[in-house]
Amino acid sequence: MTRLRLLDHIILLVGVLFMVTPVVLAFITSTHDAVTIYRSGLQFTLGDNFLSTYRTVLTEAGGFTKQVDGFVMLKNSLILGLGFSIGKIVISMLAAYAIVYFRFPAASFCFWVIFSTLLLPLEVRILPSYEIVQSLGLVNTYTGLIVPLIASATGTFFFRQFFKSVPEELLEAARIDGAGAWKFFIDILVPLSKTMIAAIFIIMFVYGWNQYLWPTLITSDETFFTLVRGIKQILQVWIGAQIPDYNEAMALAVLAMLPPVIVVVIFQSWFIKGLVESDK
Amino acid sequence: MAIITLDKVRKVYAGGVEAVKGVSIDIADGEFIVLVGPSGCGKSTLLRMVAGLEEISDGEIRIGERVVNRVEPADRDIAMVFQNYALYPHMSVYDNLAYGLRNRGTAKSEIDARVKEAARILEIGDFLDRKPRQLSGGQRQRVAMGRAIVRKPAAFLFDEPLSNLDAKLRVQMRIEIKRLQEALGTTSVYVTHDQLEAMTLAHRLVVLNHGRIEQIGTPLEVYEKPASTFVAGFIGSPAMNIIPVKSKEGRLHLESGEGLDAPDGFGAEKALLGVRPEDLKVDFEGGSSDDALSLSMKVIAVEPVGAESYVHGRMSGVADDVVVRVPAKAEYAAGVSLSLKAPRDRLHIFDAANGQRLNG
Ligand SMILES: Nc1ncnc2c1ncn2[C@@H]1O[C@H](COP(=O)(O)OP(=O)(O)OP(=O)(O)O)[C@@H](O)[C@H]1O
Ligand SMILES: [Mg+2]
Repeated sequence: MTRLRLLDHIILLVGVLFMVTPVVLAFITSTHDAVTIYRSGLQFTLGDNFLSTYRTVLTEAGGFTKQVDGFVMLKNSLILGLGFSIGKIVISMLAAYAIVYFRFPAASFCFWVIFSTLLLPLEVRILPSYEIVQSLGLVNTYTGLIVPLIASATGTFFFRQFFKSVPEELLEAARIDGAGAWKFFIDILVPLSKTMIAAIFIIMFVYGWNQYLWPTLITSDETFFTLVRGIKQILQVWIGAQIPDYNEAMALAVLAMLPPVIVVVIFQSWFIKGLVESDK
Repeated sequence: MAIITLDKVRKVYAGGVEAVKGVSIDIADGEFIVLVGPSGCGKSTLLRMVAGLEEISDGEIRIGERVVNRVEPADRDIAMVFQNYALYPHMSVYDNLAYGLRNRGTAKSEIDARVKEAARILEIGDFLDRKPRQLSGGQRQRVAMGRAIVRKPAAFLFDEPLSNLDAKLRVQMRIEIKRLQEALGTTSVYVTHDQLEAMTLAHRLVVLNHGRIEQIGTPLEVYEKPASTFVAGFIGSPAMNIIPVKSKEGRLHLESGEGLDAPDGFGAEKALLGVRPEDLKVDFEGGSSDDALSLSMKVIAVEPVGAESYVHGRMSGVADDVVVRVPAKAEYAAGVSLSLKAPRDRLHIFDAANGQRLNG
């Protein structure tokens, strides 16, 4: 039994090392200057450029147009991540609510249509999507960046399954208590869905945060750049004898990781709390 | 407070199932009506139509003077207690009670007063801040009742509210519901498949079978004069013994040759004789007498239940076991033949063709 325990721990530790080492190395390396990194690759001891590198990354405008610093990119990433995840949750909850609680013609047909869009991820419909956004004049806007991404079959599906598991008597009790369709949704369903919302928020926030292809396509204006794009941008400046600012790229990568980690940590405990004290 | 009238109410579900087939009941103000019947007989459907949760296919339901066929549940002035309580899991007990009042725009102070009052009556004052999941089954049941009474509705509707409780708590809550209904005097409709619950709670019973009313009456009426073999079998435990008899020249004959007068004007060849286990007496003297019918059966088994025992036996010409209620300590060996007496004025006679009661 104890030997098995030990083995378990070793396996877990190996897993943790496997996941964490690249991150730690990225952080350590980011504290050296670009020349050192260029000359001798990844570093294994802390350097002394931590403050200057991170200050540069966050506050000094970079890119071709010199308009965008780390804070702007962080803000853009946050807007994208939050808009994406909150938008998806709102839209898919409303869609699922309509499908589960309202008898309208072809309700299940509608559901399957929504569901079948799972087969058509953004990458497949990227050209028509671009065409539409462009013709609406939404290129280089947050709306154009977020709205085409928020339709979510996955979210609709999860919320539909969850709503179906809510006892019907709850709806009936609420009807007798004088709650209309909207009140029932806000007062009863949304609070009951708390853990579902937390779970989907985690997944969707990270997914939205890491979007690369769509933002690249829809925003050419550097003031709309997200962190994920910014990293790429730093590595692309092969002008003359200039070497890429590897230290800044590393620092940006570390910074780009922080918000998703924070979201996961906060909402995961929420999510687990909800699961443990499940009420039915 | 209100009278409730059901007038030839029918319910046909989307799939074509006719769950309720023309039911008419007049419920008096303050009356406690219990709908009772086997699973699937349409009790819940009928109650839910009164509540407004189920559309009425045909007929009319009136609460007070108002026809409510097209009135929303919230506007019918009724409150309902569900089998699984249907408390809002994320709200405190206080909010559960207050929610309906808030939706109606009742003043805050009034809500507070009513919730406190209901909590006092139901003795749930100590849990007002708790969530439903932090309560025991019995306490949840009280909260569900509280949610009904804070509204001061014209009628209470109960759908098997006690069936999720254990036996002891069920008896206790049963008494409490009865007491509460008497104190408040609110018209109540209560659905159950438990005949004991039905007998003890009801002012009047409505026995349902396959979506039709078999009998309406006070518990004693229904017990003493069941209108059909169905009611006879459903009300009373153990169930009434039904013995097939042949009719000849104005007399009904058992297979053993014993006979009794047929009801006036009865012409058919076959009838059913009903006798309750508690009316059958073990006859030690033997011989026939004028005021009692003699029967005999072969003992199969004795079932002691504590205060009394039930002797199961076989009687020639009867398909089911015949059950006799005897004092607790009585012992009968399997296989012995037992002579029984049934007082003639305790016999029930039913039409063999349609199961309807024939004697007065
Ligand atoms: N939504 C529905 N659609 C179709 N048929 C239904 C529906 N609800 C109930 N029924 C049918 O209607 C009949 C009566 O159902 P109901 O729920 O009223 O029975 P019940 O007397 O309350 O039974 P129980 O004691 O099991 O609760 C049953 O045959 C049932 O199958
Ligand atoms: Mg039922």
